[in-house]
Amino acid sequence: MSQTAWEALSNQAVAAAGVVYFLALLSHLAEWALLRSVPAGSQRGQVTARETVSVGAGARPAPEPEVDARTTERVEMAGRLGLLLTCLAVAVHLVALVGRGMAAEPHRVPWGNMYEFTLSGTFVVAALYLLLRRRFGLAWMAPIVVTVVLTLLMVAVIWLYQPVGPLREALNSYWLVIHVVSAIIATGAFTLGGIASALFLLKERAERRGTVGGYLGRVPSPAALDRVSYRMHAFGFPVWTFAVLITGPIWAHEAWASYWSWDPKEVWAFITWVVYAAYLHARATAGWKGRNAALLALLGMATLWFNFIGINYFSTSSMHSYADAPAVSPLHPGS
Amino acid sequence: MSEQSTPRSPRRPGELTARELGRYVWRQLTSMRTALVLLLLLALAAVPGSVIPQESVDSFGARQWKDQHESLTPIYERLGLFDVYGSVWFAAVYVLLMVSLIGCILPRTSHYWRAARAVPPRAPRHLTRLPDHAAYDVEASPEQVLEVARAELRRRRYRLRPAPADATGADAEREAGTVAAERGYLREAGNLLFHLSVIVVLVGFAMGGMFGYKGGVIVVQGAGFSNNLTQYDDFVPGSFFSADELEPFSFDVDSFDVEWLSEGAGQGMARAFEAGLTYRTAPGEPEQTYDLRVNHPLRIGDSEVFLVGHGYAPVVTVRGGDGEVAYSGPTVFLPQDATFFSFGVVKALAAEPEAIGLEGFFYPFFASIEGDPFNVMGDARNPVVSVNVYVGDLGLEDGESQSVYILDKEDATQLENDEGRPLRLDLAVGDTAELPDGLGSVTFEGVEPWVRVQVSQTPGKRIALGGVVLALIGLCGSLFIRPRRVWLRVVPHEDGEGSYVELAALDRSGGGDTAVVVDDLRLAIVEALDRAQEDTR
Repeated sequence: MSQTAWEALSNQAVAAAGVVYFLALLSHLAEWALLRSVPAGSQRGQVTARETVSVGAGARPAPEPEVDARTTERVEMAGRLGLLLTCLAVAVHLVALVGRGMAAEPHRVPWGNMYEFTLSGTFVVAALYLLLRRRFGLAWMAPIVVTVVLTLLMVAVIWLYQPVGPLREALNSYWLVIHVVSAIIATGAFTLGGIASALFLLKERAERRGTVGGYLGRVPSPAALDRVSYRMHAFGFPVWTFAVLITGPIWAHEAWASYWSWDPKEVWAFITWVVYAAYLHARATAGWKGRNAALLALLGMATLWFNFIGINYFSTSSMHSYADAPAVSPLHPGS
Repeated sequence: MSEQSTPRSPRRPGELTARELGRYVWRQLTSMRTALVLLLLLALAAVPGSVIPQESVDSFGARQWKDQHESLTPIYERLGLFDVYGSVWFAAVYVLLMVSLIGCILPRTSHYWRAARAVPPRAPRHLTRLPDHAAYDVEASPEQVLEVARAELRRRRYRLRPAPADATGADAEREAGTVAAERGYLREAGNLLFHLSVIVVLVGFAMGGMFGYKGGVIVVQGAGFSNNLTQYDDFVPGSFFSADELEPFSFDVDSFDVEWLSEGAGQGMARAFEAGLTYRTAPGEPEQTYDLRVNHPLRIGDSEVFLVGHGYAPVVTVRGGDGEVAYSGPTVFLPQDATFFSFGVVKALAAEPEAIGLEGFFYPFFASIEGDPFNVMGDARNPVVSVNVYVGDLGLEDGESQSVYILDKEDATQLENDEGRPLRLDLAVGDTAELPDGLGSVTFEGVEPWVRVQVSQTPGKRIALGGVVLALIGLCGSLFIRPRRVWLRVVPHEDGEGSYVELAALDRSGGGDTAVVVDDLRLAIVEALDRAQEDTR
């Protein structure tokens, strides 16, 4: 296949993945809409299945009326369809990434500019969700994850798109694989953790006000959400440390002659690191557990995504500014 | 006369002696909560440095910012906002954080030293009151159960509480028929290692700042550089830098090659920069060659040489009115944008009858759209210099040192063309332009590329790297090692057949799934008992 054919394939795959994600979102929305007619706690659908097991509420729900049984069946159908479509979308998403890498000459990893970073980042979010779905009981997260991925994909296609081009010289290093992969994986984990923390805050507030209902009535308990959030962050933090404080400086030293030069991207990566360190710290500090820790997690996610996309537009001096026109010299001309 | 009647003033409530006050401050400073607040402060303090151009990162940007904000500049300067990461208040935050950290790890280390060698605590009285527990009957005797449970726990690398030395007494009675086990001692070790490593990193980082240096120099193809202070264009020494740290190497830039992409998505992009160097590690040493590329620095002793930029130096010859060459040679022009459209000045001070200064632009690939000059890309396919001419006092007579990139035009006269507009010379390679009034001529001979090279020494970089790696190891330990306590109590059935087992687990980190641990262990014990029974049959 020629380069242009690969590029066209990649673009079509992104569009197709977007459509399939959208269909997945629709079926998850249908799932949750149908659930409204089933009283919370009485259905055995997969959404809260894990919750009932882990809490160990031994008593089986009372025999359900005929209508509920049929609704439950349809709910499960919609949920399964949503999951299936998400899997399909992730597969197509992967095709888009591979096509992107194959379209470049010489072949390379598909994360050389903002469009490609976002493509890879959303892929990791979706794939991590699928991988950890069963283990952490993340079924409740489906509509949110799909929405986030779909939104970011749209942002990527509409505002960040760049045709396939060769790598800029400073990026031409094997550290591109190690450094960026770890940063993207950490970003995916932090994003999932952030979603769990946001839901934790919402659910906790609803419980305090006694207005738990609808969707919130079916997400896991605040304690379980907090645990999922912690697991995600505990996984993401060492990976982020590896990306930002080990491979980043090593590469910066080789490419820019200084392993830490307080470049805006570095500064914000450091800020993100410090905020997540504070999150982990807060979980062990009296008076900061729970609500404040979750707020810190959200603050961390805000700094993370600001750094990922925002800093490239706000800062002109960053050597990490890969958002600008491809003709820009990767070398900073004599300052 | 109360002073006389009370030689030592009584303490009022709430009053502290200096010692108590010190203790109080120390306690506050080393508390978890303070550490947390300091962490957030550190994050907050780092923000301005990414918004306001920093002198050490982007000196040109900082200068520009200062020009644009005249009223804010003095305030910002006093606050150190142009050098946030070297400012007193930024240092105050991280020094306080370090003190807090040390104050935190010292007592924890000694506490851990004792705890790490302690035996697991004995089983609580009511195991079934723990959140995760199991209670079940088995056919085996209590002794068998205990033996199997101990073996299983040992296999899972739990530390077991030894049976009491004398088998009598209240304690022994309480402990009879129980197993107490604990694992995950390394979690706290990981935690301490992480915190300690942060200090190591900071030490390494500080060493780089104190004993290192970095300097930049632009070298035109064909020219050379030898490593001493006078040769640098800009030089940033560490606070304890001394000039004899400069290793006596030297190099010549023999060639510089770039590959320009003239088609495809990356059109106009340059890649595969390569500067061919010939270098000597010291005078008199044999010559060696090295192809200097981005991401591939040259290491000479403790110094490293990096390729960080490139550009063009038009070769311009200026003759005076008498026809004598007043200036000739490659002159470094600085790129203004991605197409290497460059700006520069030429100063021919020796020209007679008047000194001649040229200021203007260099187009590597000149094109003209409806008369407007335009630069296509960085590849020097159609190089053109386009300069204005100044004569007279170029400000060098007063002896002040000047940048080679700035022409002091204050007292100079700008030459004009016949129409009374500023004279502009547009020269292609080989062109010569005569200046009016017999002032001389300017010839554009050709173009040489230049490279910007950075030379630096970063002592402590390995210490910093080692520190971060240790921190990561410690971090993983503290996040993923689960400190767990497991207890088991076995009571014989009253009829003498089989026994009743209680099993419970506690996760001390508060994030673990102890239910799984209990389940797992229960199954393992039952299976091991079954196996043992089959063996005896």
